[in-house]
Amino acid sequence: MNELAIKDLLYKLADDQLILGHRNSEWTGFGPILEEDIAFSSMAQDKIGHSLAFYTLLQELGEAEPDTVAFTRNANQFHNSQLIELPNGEYDFSLIRHFLYDNAEIIRFEMLSQSSYEPIAKVATKLKGEVKYHVLHANTWIKNLGSSTEEAILRLQTSLNEAIPYALGMFEPSKYEQELIEAGVYAGEEAVKAEWLKRIQAVIEKTDLKLPDLNTIEPKLGGRYGEHTEHLQPLLDEMAEVFKIDPTAEW
Amino acid sequence: MELTKENILTLLEEVKDPEIPVLSLVDLGVITGVEISDEGHVTVNMTPTFAGCPAMDYMKKDVERTLDKYGIPDHTVIMSFDKPWDSNKISEKGRQHLKEFGLAPPPKYNLILDLDILEHVKCPYCDSENTDMRTPFGPTLCRSMHYCNDCRQMFEQFKPL
Repeated sequence: MNELAIKDLLYKLADDQLILGHRNSEWTGFGPILEEDIAFSSMAQDKIGHSLAFYTLLQELGEAEPDTVAFTRNANQFHNSQLIELPNGEYDFSLIRHFLYDNAEIIRFEMLSQSSYEPIAKVATKLKGEVKYHVLHANTWIKNLGSSTEEAILRLQTSLNEAIPYALGMFEPSKYEQELIEAGVYAGEEAVKAEWLKRIQAVIEKTDLKLPDLNTIEPKLGGRYGEHTEHLQPLLDEMAEVFKIDPTAEW
Repeated sequence: MELTKENILTLLEEVKDPEIPVLSLVDLGVITGVEISDEGHVTVNMTPTFAGCPAMDYMKKDVERTLDKYGIPDHTVIMSFDKPWDSNKISEKGRQHLKEFGLAPPPKYNLILDLDILEHVKCPYCDSENTDMRTPFGPTLCRSMHYCNDCRQMFEQFKPL
C-alpha cells in the first residue's frame, strides 16, 4: 500500500478532530447552560484525544511527534475540512456543525473499523464507541430544539443553510481515493456521504427543519488540500501560543 | 516473590484510578495482559478507557513505579488499542467499589449504545430506578450525570462504553 495515501487519510482524520476539539473548547465557560458548557468541553477533550491517537499512528509512519505536528504547521499544511474551522458563532451554529460533523465522523469510524490497514482499524474500533455519545448529544438537541419555538427553529434553519455548503466539503475526495478503496483501507467519501445523508435526514424529518436541496448547492472544497478560510490561521496561532513560548518545555 | 502473571496482577491491585481511588486498574479492566519472558523481563499491556483520558499517562507511570518498588526493574509497560477497553471489562468487585464510592456502575450490555441504556440508571444511594439522565457528559470523560426522583439527589454514573 502507498504510504502517502495512508498518511493523507490519517492527516485528514486527525486534523478534523484537533481543530474541532479546539473550537469546542472555546465553549468552556461560555455555554448557554451549565450542562452544555460541560458537554462541549468534554467533547473537546475527547476529540483532542482522538487526534492524538491518529497523530501517533502518523509518528509510527515516520512523521514528527504529535505536539510538533499539531502546533508548528501553518494553515496551508492542515487537511481539515473548512466546516471545522469556521468560528463557533452562536450556539445554534455550533450545534448544527456538531450535528453535521459528528454524524459523518461516526460513519468514517464505523467503516474504518473494518479497514484492511490494521493500525487504523484498531483505533477506529475504539473511537467509534466514544463518538456515539457525541452523536446522541447532537441528535437529541436537534430533535428537541428543531421542533420547539419559532425562534429556535429559525435560528437552526439559518445555521443549517449556512453550514451545508461547508458540510458537503467534508466529503472532498483525496487524490488517493481509488487506491484506498481498492486496497480495502477506506470505503471512500462517496460511501460516507450517502450514509450520512440517510442519517441526518432521519433526524431532520423529526423536526420542523428542512434540509436544503443539495443538488443546488456548491460544496466548499479545498480544505483537504490545504486551502482554508481566513479563520484557520488565527485559531492555530492561539492554539500554539503557549507551546511556542518554549517548544522544548516538559509538561 | 516468584515472577508469575498472578503475582504481578496482585501487585497491580495496588494501583488505583487517580480520579476514582477505590478502583484498581485491574478491576477497571485496563490491564490487558502480563507477559514474563524466560529471562524474567515483565511486559504489562494496558489500554485507555477513553482515548482522551488525561489520567492514562499517570496510570502508566504508576504501574512502572509499582513494579520498581517491588524490585522488578526489568519491565516494559505498553499502552495500545490492541485490545480496546469497554465498560463490560470492569470486574464485579470493581462495580461494587464504584457503587460504594457513590458512582453508579455501568450496566453490562450488548455494546450497542442507545439512549435507553442511559436513561433510568439505578441510583447508587437508594437503588431506585426512578431516575433521569441530565447529561451524558460529566466532570470527567467517563461519567454522565443523573437525578434520582426518589431520594432527590444528583448522582454520577461511570458511563457504559
